[in-house]
Amino acid sequence: MTPNAVMDALQVTTLVFVAAGATVVVRTRDRVRLVLVLSVYGMLLAILFFAFQAPDVTLSELTVGAVALPLILLLAIAKVRKPEAAQPPQPPQPPQPKARKPE
Amino acid sequence: MMQVFPFLVVAWIVLMGLYGMVTSRDLIHLIVCLIVVQSSTYVLLLGVGYVTGGVAPYFFDISPHVKAVDPVVQALTLTDVVVEAAVTALLLSFAVQAHKRFGTLDPHELAPFKG
Amino acid sequence: MTPRQRLWLFAFGAAGLVACYLWAFAGLPGFGNYPGPYGPAILRQVIAQTNATAAVSAINFEYRGFDTVGEEFILFTAAAGMAVVLRRLRGERQGEQGEESPAEQAASRQVPATSSAVRVVSVLLVGPTAVIGWWLATHAQTNPSGGFQGGVILATAFFLVYLSGEFLVFRRLSPVVALDVAEAVGAGGFAAVGLTAVAMSLPYLYNYLPLGTIPGAISSSGTIALISFLVGIEVAAAFVLIIGELLDQTLLRGGGRERRQGGGQGRRQREESA
Repeated sequence: MTPNAVMDALQVTTLVFVAAGATVVVRTRDRVRLVLVLSVYGMLLAILFFAFQAPDVTLSELTVGAVALPLILLLAIAKVRKPEAAQPPQPPQPPQPKARKPE
Repeated sequence: MMQVFPFLVVAWIVLMGLYGMVTSRDLIHLIVCLIVVQSSTYVLLLGVGYVTGGVAPYFFDISPHVKAVDPVVQALTLTDVVVEAAVTALLLSFAVQAHKRFGTLDPHELAPFKG
Repeated sequence: MTPRQRLWLFAFGAAGLVACYLWAFAGLPGFGNYPGPYGPAILRQVIAQTNATAAVSAINFEYRGFDTVGEEFILFTAAAGMAVVLRRLRGERQGEQGEESPAEQAASRQVPATSSAVRVVSVLLVGPTAVIGWWLATHAQTNPSGGFQGGVILATAFFLVYLSGEFLVFRRLSPVVALDVAEAVGAGGFAAVGLTAVAMSLPYLYNYLPLGTIPGAISSSGTIALISFLVGIEVAAAFVLIIGELLDQTLLRGGGRERRQGGGQGRRQREESA
């Protein structure tokens, strides 16, 4: 295949992934899961910018969108969490016997 | 088809982000949907400036006469990405402040400010 | 307005938006056929005029330097605004407590320790991360780097200190006064470089330093390297300030309204189980 066709295929694939990633980010409701999905979306965007021949923007998006922004979000989420959600650490339970034998 | 596909993806991302903002029940989720809408503008900017067969505009070891993609939109997007994170942090501090005052992060239940 | 009505109104508005988008995209020259005269004109002149081989950084700090001053002051204002919003909360809480300062209470609080794997990896990565961030901030004119990216990576190095130790170590290593001074030096330095050009009766942000001989070397491109370095300092200080304020709120002041079981413990539990 010609180099242009290869580049086109790469860009179309990454664009489809980015569109799917945006849908997943919007549809996630749980906060901590949202942060992780946003981090993956940032990495997908970085790959897309790389396919658009923009390494500068890739570096920016990687450091900000995949590291700094989820970090700031996690700190804010930890701040507004309900008090009863923060339990004291449970001691590790000994492994219980799994299957109940039929009597 | 390749002529318009990136722009269709941009429109899709904007619509999904706006839909998320409209139907959000949580200020944190609303701020993340705002991030998604902003990311669509980056894709649009880079898509407008792309030249088929062009390389990245860095000429340390290649000749300056090679066909390269447009560097102006890359410069705009670059500063935009970093500044967006700081503005999002400011929005999150407002959300934290709202949680302290009203005890909830549901945009439907936040009381309108008096006065 | 009920949620269903809001959703119908949004659908109506979104239909209009999609129609406008399709009309606009029909008028674009198509993906990959960028016609505009600005980009190729700059690419023809950039090495001859500025001796910088990275066209994007030359545009950021030289051709469109005025826009970058504006963006940097957006960053500065956002960090300052966040400090103002969250520090007032701190003042309220200190009035309530009375006996000990929150730092002393935090030092005496029993928290589950961070796992050794996280601590070792974080300590090993602090040095390389700081070096990489510094390198990126000072090499704007040669490769895909610049003050903005380098500054964020440098801020991440400070956060690794927190991961490998305690928050109080992080706070001792980056006191708020030093961060404020660093941020002001970065932002003010950028404006000062421009004003120095005005003092020499040149246009604002004119490139008045010697351009160097080899395109793309460290000593080339005049004010571009200097401005990128100052921007790197400012961005790093702004991000460390932002992260420090949020960490302070979460760990020292506690999450929510309960102070004993603050969000800090929950966060350490998450790190321990990760």
